[in-house]
Amino acid sequence: MSNFKSIGKDTKKIDALSLATGQPMFVDDVSFPDTLQIKLLYSPHAHAIIEDIDTSEAEKYPGVKMVLTYKNTPHVPHTTAGQGWPEPSPYDTWMFNEKVKFVGDRVAAVAAETEEQAAEALKLIKVKYKVLPAILDPEDAMKDGAPVIHDEPWITGAYNPKKNLAAHIDIRVGDVEKGFKESDVVVEETFETQYAQHTPIEPHVTITYLDEYSRLVIRTSTQVPFHVRRIVAQALQIPVQKIRVIKPRIGGGFGTKQEIILEEICSFVTLKTGRPARILYTREEEFISARTRHPFKVKVKIGAKKDGMLHAISLYALSNTGAYGTHGLTVASNAGSKTLPLYNKAENVEFVSDIVYTNMPVAGAYRGYGATQGYAALEQAIDMVAEKLGMDPWELRKKNHIKAGETSPIFRALGEGREGVTQYIQSCALDELLEKGAKEIGWLEKYGRPKRNGSKVRGVGMSIHMQGSGIPLIDMGAATLKMNEDGSFNLLYGGTDIGTGLDTVAAQIVAETLGIKPDQVIVYASDTDLTPFDVGAYASSGTFVSGGAVLKAALKVREQILEVAREKFGEADSKDYILEDGKVISPKSGKSITLSEIAYDTLYVKNQHQIGAAGSFVSPYSPPPFAVHFVEIEVDEETGEIKPIKYVAAVDCGVPINPNLVKGQIIGALVNGIGYALTEEYHFTSSGRMTNPNFMDYKIPSTRDLPEIKVILAETYEPTGPYGAKSVAEININGPIPAIGNALHDALGIRLHRSPYTPERVLEAIRKSKEKKLEPVDPE
Amino acid sequence: MKVKYIINGKEEEYEIHPGEVLLDVLRRNGHTEIKGNCYLGTCGACTVLIDGEPHTSCTILAAKVNGKHITTIKGIGDLNNPHPLQKAFVETGAVQCGFCTPGTILSAYALLKKNPNPTDEDIKKALDGNLCRCTGYVQQVEAVKFAVKLLKEGKNE
Repeated sequence: MSNFKSIGKDTKKIDALSLATGQPMFVDDVSFPDTLQIKLLYSPHAHAIIEDIDTSEAEKYPGVKMVLTYKNTPHVPHTTAGQGWPEPSPYDTWMFNEKVKFVGDRVAAVAAETEEQAAEALKLIKVKYKVLPAILDPEDAMKDGAPVIHDEPWITGAYNPKKNLAAHIDIRVGDVEKGFKESDVVVEETFETQYAQHTPIEPHVTITYLDEYSRLVIRTSTQVPFHVRRIVAQALQIPVQKIRVIKPRIGGGFGTKQEIILEEICSFVTLKTGRPARILYTREEEFISARTRHPFKVKVKIGAKKDGMLHAISLYALSNTGAYGTHGLTVASNAGSKTLPLYNKAENVEFVSDIVYTNMPVAGAYRGYGATQGYAALEQAIDMVAEKLGMDPWELRKKNHIKAGETSPIFRALGEGREGVTQYIQSCALDELLEKGAKEIGWLEKYGRPKRNGSKVRGVGMSIHMQGSGIPLIDMGAATLKMNEDGSFNLLYGGTDIGTGLDTVAAQIVAETLGIKPDQVIVYASDTDLTPFDVGAYASSGTFVSGGAVLKAALKVREQILEVAREKFGEADSKDYILEDGKVISPKSGKSITLSEIAYDTLYVKNQHQIGAAGSFVSPYSPPPFAVHFVEIEVDEETGEIKPIKYVAAVDCGVPINPNLVKGQIIGALVNGIGYALTEEYHFTSSGRMTNPNFMDYKIPSTRDLPEIKVILAETYEPTGPYGAKSVAEININGPIPAIGNALHDALGIRLHRSPYTPERVLEAIRKSKEKKLEPVDPE
Repeated sequence: MKVKYIINGKEEEYEIHPGEVLLDVLRRNGHTEIKGNCYLGTCGACTVLIDGEPHTSCTILAAKVNGKHITTIKGIGDLNNPHPLQKAFVETGAVQCGFCTPGTILSAYALLKKNPNPTDEDIKKALDGNLCRCTGYVQQVEAVKFAVKLLKEGKNE
C-alpha cells in the first residue's frame, strides 16, 4: 500500500484548472453556424388526449423551420432510460404521443432561427384536448376502475399496464410470517419519501449537426453516450453507424442525465433540415419535464429476539414512477437489494414492490437509486426495534451487520430487475466505522440524553449503509492505451466523467501501472467514434468498472514494455523488472531504459510496432462500499426548525485512489441528502401541476446550511477492485433522512413518517405528541 | 441599440436589443466562460463583477450597465497565470463538474478584495448565492482559505 506512487495521492483533477479559468468545455460553450433553436410545448393537463392540433399558424411565423408533433414524427416504442440492453424498463414512450400523461409531457416542438421566434411560434399552436380523469395518488393507481394510463396496444415490458403496474417484485427468503411469530418484539411502520430533483447546475442541453460525411453528430450533456447512440438509432430507426455521440465536460448529472430526453428530437430536426440544432432546458423545464426521484411509500416490518438479533424483515415498497416507467423496476429492486443484505443475520426476509404509473412527473435514476428510499424506512425502523428492546441502536447495529467473509441470500434472489449474483463480502470495515464514528460524535455521552437550551433541544442519530460497485455481470467498460515517443500515453476509454473526477482516477491507475506520472497520461473519453464502449456513469461503476478496464489495458501495455526491455537487456526470462520514473529497471543487472527510448525504438527502428492494448472489464463482483452516519441536530420546539450541528460520515470505499476526490464525493452526496431530508420537495396543485419549479421555491442547500462535517475513511483493500478500490459516489446520500429522523426522536421523542422534515411537519408532530400525552392513561 | 463595456480591461462594443439581459449578450459575443440559465438570480452561476461588485448577469439588463467595467473569470487569471483563487480551487478539490466554479470564484474574489482576512462565516456568506450540487461546499470554503494564504505568501515574497 505505502509503496504506491500514484494511488492514494491527491492528484489534481486533470480538468480542474481549465474549468476554473473558464475554457469552453461544456456542450453549450461551442456554437455552430446556422443552428436551429428548438423549444418545446408541454401539456397543461395531467391526462388528456389531443383531439386536434393545428400548427399552421406556427409554421408561418417568421424564422420557423419546422414544427414537430405526433403527426410527423416516428412512432417507435422505446424507453428513455439509458440502461444496458435489453433494457429492464418498459417500452412505453413515443417521441411525441397524441395521449399526454402528465403536466409537462411533450406536445410539440418548434425549430426556428432564434429561440425567441421558436418561443413565440409555440404560442400559435392550437391544441384541443379531451381531458381524462387523472391519477395523482399512487395508491389510487391500483384500485379497481382506475383510469388506465398506458392503454395503448404497443406498450411492452410493463408488468400489467391495465392495472397501471409498470413493474412488480416479489422475493422471499425463509418464512417471514413464522419469523415474526418467533420474534420477541415486532415493529411495523410506514415511511414516505417525496418527489425531488437532482438539479445539476448545468441543465440538459443537446446540440446536433451533420459532419462532412453526412453522419449525425450529437454533442450532449449525458451520463450514457453509448446508450444515447443506441436509443436514438432505435427511436429514429437509423443505423448505429450513422451516429456519433460526443460527451464533452458535463455540469453534473446525479442520474438525471442517464436519460435520453432531448437527443432524439434534436437529431430528428438535424436529419430533416440538414442544419445544426440545439435544445437547452430552462430551469423550469428541468423541474417540470426532466426526471425526478421515485417517491416511495415503504411499509417495513422487523422482528427481533430478546438478545437483539434480528430474525425477520419484510419490506413492501409502493413506488410512484410517474407517467413513464423509466428505471421503475430497477430503482425499486435496489430499495431491497442494496439494503437488506446489510442485516444478513435475519433468516427470514421478504421484499415486495409495486411500481405504479400515475399522471405525475416522471421518476428516473437519482443518486442512491432506491436505496435512499429503502434506508429512509429501514434505518428508522431499526432504531424503533432497539427502543422496544431497550437497547442502544448502535449496539443493535453492531450485532447484526454483515461482515467480511459473509453473504446474504438477497444478493442472488434480487438483482437488477432480475435474479442477482451471489456475493461474498471480501472487505468490510463496518466495525471500525461504528467505533470511530461514535467516538467522533460522542455517541455514548450524548445518545438518550437530549440537551435542552430554552426552546432548543439537541439530539443525536445514526444510520448504516451499503451500496454496490457497478452491476455485476451486466456493466461493462473498455479502454485502449497507446504509447508515444516521449513516454506519454493516450488513454481512450468509454468511462464517463460527469464532474466526478473519473478521468483523473483513470490517469492515476495508468500511472501506477506503468511507473509514470498521471500528467503523462492524455485522457480522451466518451466519444462513440473514438473510444471503446462503456455503459456510462451510473450504479457507482466509474472507478470499479471503467477503472477496472483501464487497469486491464495498462497491465497488457506493461507486459509489452517489459517484453521489449527483456530483449534489449538480453534477459529473456526476467520477471522482476521495476517500472518507475518513466524507466524500466532490471534490479539484477542494474540495466535501465527509459520508456521514451523504448517508444522511439519500437515506433521507428527495430521490431517496429505500436505498443498499445485494449482491455474490457465486466465482473461477477459488485463489492459494496459501507458507510456509518452520525448526526447531532438542534431542533427548536417553538419554530419546528431542525438545524444539523455536526455530521460524521465514516466510509469504507476500499483504497481511496484519490482521497481529495473521494472526500468530494462523500460530502457532495451528504449535503444533497441533507437537502432531501430537510427542504427539498415538489409541491403540486390539485390537478398535478408543480407549483415550485425554481430555486427560490425549491430550496437546495447553500453554504449557510452546512453543519460541521467530518469525514472518516476506514481504509480496506478490496481484492476485486482496481488497486483495492470500491465505489463511493452514491452511498452517502442515503444517510440524512434516517439519521436526522433518528436524532429528532432522540431530541424530542417524536418521529416523522414523511420527509422532508420541514418546520411545519415538526410542529405538527410536536402538537400531536403533546395531545397524546394529555389523553387519560389506558388502564390496561 | 449599441452598448460599450470594458470587459476584463478591454473595451468592447455590442449591438443589443433593449430588454436583453447581460448574460445573454455576453455569451452571444463569445464570453461562454459565464454559465447559468436560471434567469432569476437564484443559482449564481452567471455571476460577474460589475465595477468590482458581484452580480448575477441573468437578472441585469444589458442596457443598464452600459459603460461599466465587467470582470469575468477570464479577467482574473488564465491557464498560464492563474489567480491564487483558481489555483486554490484546483488544489483543494473544490472543482468537480466546474459549472458553478467561475461564478463562485468571482464571488470569493470580490470578498477578498474587501476583506483579505475573512472568517469561515464571512466566506459562507459571500458564497451563499452560488449554488453547487457537486461539492457540498466544504472544499470550496477550504479553497478560499487556502487562497488567502497564497495571497499573503505572494505579498511577502
